[in-house]
Amino acid sequence: MGGVRAVARIGATADGRGGTALPVLESDGPLALRRTRAVGDEARVVLVGAMSGPLGGDRFAVEAEVGSGARLRVGSAAATIALPGQIKDAAHYDVRLDVADEGELHWLPEPLISARGSDLYVTTRADLGPGARLVLREEQVLGRVGEEPGRLTSRLVVRVGGRTVLDQELACGPGAPGGWDGPAVLAGHRAVGQLVVVRPEFATHPVGAQILGEHAALVPLAGPAALVSAVAPDGLRLRRVLDEALTVLHLR
Amino acid sequence: MGRAALLVLADGRFPAGGHAHSGGAEEAVKAGRITGAADLEAFCRGRLHTAGLVAAALAAAAAAGADPAGLDAAADARTPSPALRLTARRLGRQLTRAARATWPSPELDALAGTFPKGAHQPVVLGLTARAAGLGPEDAAYCAAYESVSGPATAVVRLLGLDPFEATAVLARLAPELDRVVDRATVAGTAVRTAGLDTLPAASAPLLEIGAEAHAAWPVRLFAS
Repeated sequence: MGGVRAVARIGATADGRGGTALPVLESDGPLALRRTRAVGDEARVVLVGAMSGPLGGDRFAVEAEVGSGARLRVGSAAATIALPGQIKDAAHYDVRLDVADEGELHWLPEPLISARGSDLYVTTRADLGPGARLVLREEQVLGRVGEEPGRLTSRLVVRVGGRTVLDQELACGPGAPGGWDGPAVLAGHRAVGQLVVVRPEFATHPVGAQILGEHAALVPLAGPAALVSAVAPDGLRLRRVLDEALTVLHLR
Repeated sequence: MGRAALLVLADGRFPAGGHAHSGGAEEAVKAGRITGAADLEAFCRGRLHTAGLVAAALAAAAAAGADPAGLDAAADARTPSPALRLTARRLGRQLTRAARATWPSPELDALAGTFPKGAHQPVVLGLTARAAGLGPEDAAYCAAYESVSGPATAVVRLLGLDPFEATAVLARLAPELDRVVDRATVAGTAVRTAGLDTLPAASAPLLEIGAEAHAAWPVRLFAS
């Protein structure tokens, strides 16, 4: 055992005057949260990595709770880099997002980079009320430039009104189950990303499935949600296709 | 009940429509990601550990008596591509028809009533195994094997690959198939007590993205 334990918390509520208050903004150790200038009724928070990591054995968690009528946007100042540590154990990074009915969360962190020798489990769970809205971006880059990746296991679960609309786990890097870099899974691509958009109106008017670029697709999920799934040679080109998807969805 | 029922269910000639599907291999061949036996092996290995593992766990869970509607919803959440959800339901409907004629059972009748357009095929496969007197591990074996045998057979037709080579690929994958089935059986049989979240959710981005591209082709040799 050992390693760093850190839990950062964000709580957003409607302030009653058409804006969003942040009654909870708890940084912890390497996970520092900074409130930035609000835009309209949307509160904004940036996650600042005060140290590098997570390293082997670390357990990081970020929890965000968005109340009814509140609007929150969370980004990060820089990419998160999973690195090997002194401790042989895997590192864990858990993200827990709760959005109440009529709340809205834009969770748009910078990429996670899996450096050589690292071993990280990322779990992102978003629980949404039936009328909640979400835009969630997840980008993983396998290795820094020209570097072999570490081992990365990433699970993303999205629930809307108690029903699971998306449950996906990607495992890659040395020690992952075979075939992860083969023609069915990543085929040599070094960046992989997802964009989840949940809106109540998708229940009656789902998005049409659409191919975006060479290796990306926008699809309606079984529920009031849409997913963009993409692979790309590198993080820059991945961001380009996910940005294009945001434009298609009128989100930028 | 005896093992022979497993051979009947796992037989590629079992009339459930699987032969019309390539499991994503047709798109991968067209895109140049499969050009020979080595690529086919890597493709099948990746599919086995992702879609194959998930299908095997769903089948094991259904065979162990977990609620089919819950499993069907879990399959939806693990299948982002609408083209693949449609394929899974069509194959499920065809298997339901074949299974009800082969091993009549009230559970299969009830499933057909609840899902007139078809439930996800692995869920139907699990209930079929149950109707045939087979267990969760048998159901997992059928699902995991199908996840690689379909693409292997398809690539013989798509690339004119030597059938002996394609079969050798399947034989080389057999030890990994055993391990996937072990994992799927443990996860699947745990669903009744531990809930649906214990099901694996292993995903293959290029299978999902490729299925959407393939569904948009005007002319295809395989349905998926």
